[in-house]
Amino acid sequence: MSVSTLKHTPFHAFHKAAGARLVDFAGFEMPLRYTGDVREHQVVRTGVGLFDISHMGEFKVRGAGATRFLDGALANDVAGMEVGQAMYSVMCRPDGGIVDDLYVYRSADEFMLVVNASNIAKDLAWLKAQCPAGVELTDRSEETALLAIQGPKAAEVLRGHVPDEALLMPSNRFVEGPLFGVPAVIARTGYTGEDGFELYMKGGDAAAVWAGAMGAGQPLGIEPVGLGARDTLRLEMAYMLYGNDIDETTTPLEAGLGWTVKLSKGAFSGRDALARQKEQGLSRKLVGLEAEGRRVPRHGMTVESGGRPVGRVTSGTFSPSLERAIAMAYVETGVSALDTPLDVLAGPSRIATRVVKRPFYTRGSRR
Amino acid sequence: MSYPEDVRYTAEHEWARLEGGVITVGITSYATDQLGDVVFVELPEIGRRLDAKKPFGVVEAVKTVSDLYAPVAGQVVAVNDALADNPGLVNESPFAEGWMIRIRPDHADDIKKLLDADEYDQLVDQDHA
Repeated sequence: MSVSTLKHTPFHAFHKAAGARLVDFAGFEMPLRYTGDVREHQVVRTGVGLFDISHMGEFKVRGAGATRFLDGALANDVAGMEVGQAMYSVMCRPDGGIVDDLYVYRSADEFMLVVNASNIAKDLAWLKAQCPAGVELTDRSEETALLAIQGPKAAEVLRGHVPDEALLMPSNRFVEGPLFGVPAVIARTGYTGEDGFELYMKGGDAAAVWAGAMGAGQPLGIEPVGLGARDTLRLEMAYMLYGNDIDETTTPLEAGLGWTVKLSKGAFSGRDALARQKEQGLSRKLVGLEAEGRRVPRHGMTVESGGRPVGRVTSGTFSPSLERAIAMAYVETGVSALDTPLDVLAGPSRIATRVVKRPFYTRGSRR
Repeated sequence: MSYPEDVRYTAEHEWARLEGGVITVGITSYATDQLGDVVFVELPEIGRRLDAKKPFGVVEAVKTVSDLYAPVAGQVVAVNDALADNPGLVNESPFAEGWMIRIRPDHADDIKKLLDADEYDQLVDQDHA
């Protein structure tokens, strides 16, 4: 008998009751799968799925200098955000390496940052070190529960259980309002490429929302979805996974996240290094790879061109939608053009791939 | 959980069934639960010689990949071609339709060196602890 030191989310009892296979993820005991990765993936692509992602971290930032503080810490344009907007950004070191990727939500009187579970402590320390007097930065991760409801039928599940405006807003907007009768932040965001919502609530209200969503979604075939399918869904969209595809040794320009880097907005952490890298050109780039068959390039495998090592795989999986293996890899810029054939070394085998456009999957319902 | 009594097991979660001098090999239901959805199985060519405890193929699941180990030494006399089009058979029916290869063993008695169902059950329990 071993005593688990893993943290539990407020939804843990539901996962156990549903027979989920649980795994350690960033110190939390989280559902890897309930029925099967491929089935859960298809449920989200064609219907609606419910994800517990309460392991993610939430910080609140408020005070007179909050906008200026965040604009100095983050690469994207915080000052340009409207109230009710949600925005993706990276947070960089002075050398341009990525500390974390995160979502920023702007309310009338404060910002919420949503960060990766594995980076909560690091990000908090990083931001505190830059936080000026008069700006209040607090970690709300412990008390906040987070569900994602994703899929073309997600809005139908919530109809009547959220304010009507939540169903009318486009992606990357949010409202605060009642959700199955409890106070919540309802954001039209996600990590799957499908229409859907991320729902923030207090831990004590979590059970009511889980039960409400599963009940309202039952006629629509809603199912809980684990981290296994979360990974295949995000990788088909070529969304970044921190620690795999991006980290402190990679820059947003190399990762193809240049669209989130606003060099013209003024000073921010990493700006000078990134401006220099942009001017000098990239020596490597993150590319999408599609394999000819089903043998999967995996994280850490070497990429070769004509027998010469040219890069390494950052993420790979079997794509249930495309029914073949897909991957992302950093490769030398000279072999990063579309359709370039590249080999991935899998032990004694070679996996034949070619460079393809990202995202891999383009038929999602995200609006 | 109990495992079929008519097969023997390896510590790497293969099973082996001796019938008419030929040993059929697959992976256990415990292995498929650990792996999740199997999406590809790489199997050897018919005629290849296998050494006991050496890799003979690869099983790819969505989240992970695992080597397959020969339970006994011998020669491959058949492979399950149905897995090429339907690798999910390994999940659906690990001890029957999801079989992987058939081996003509150098020594049929080698199968007796493998774990029986009780021993395998204990091994899996320890894995869990």
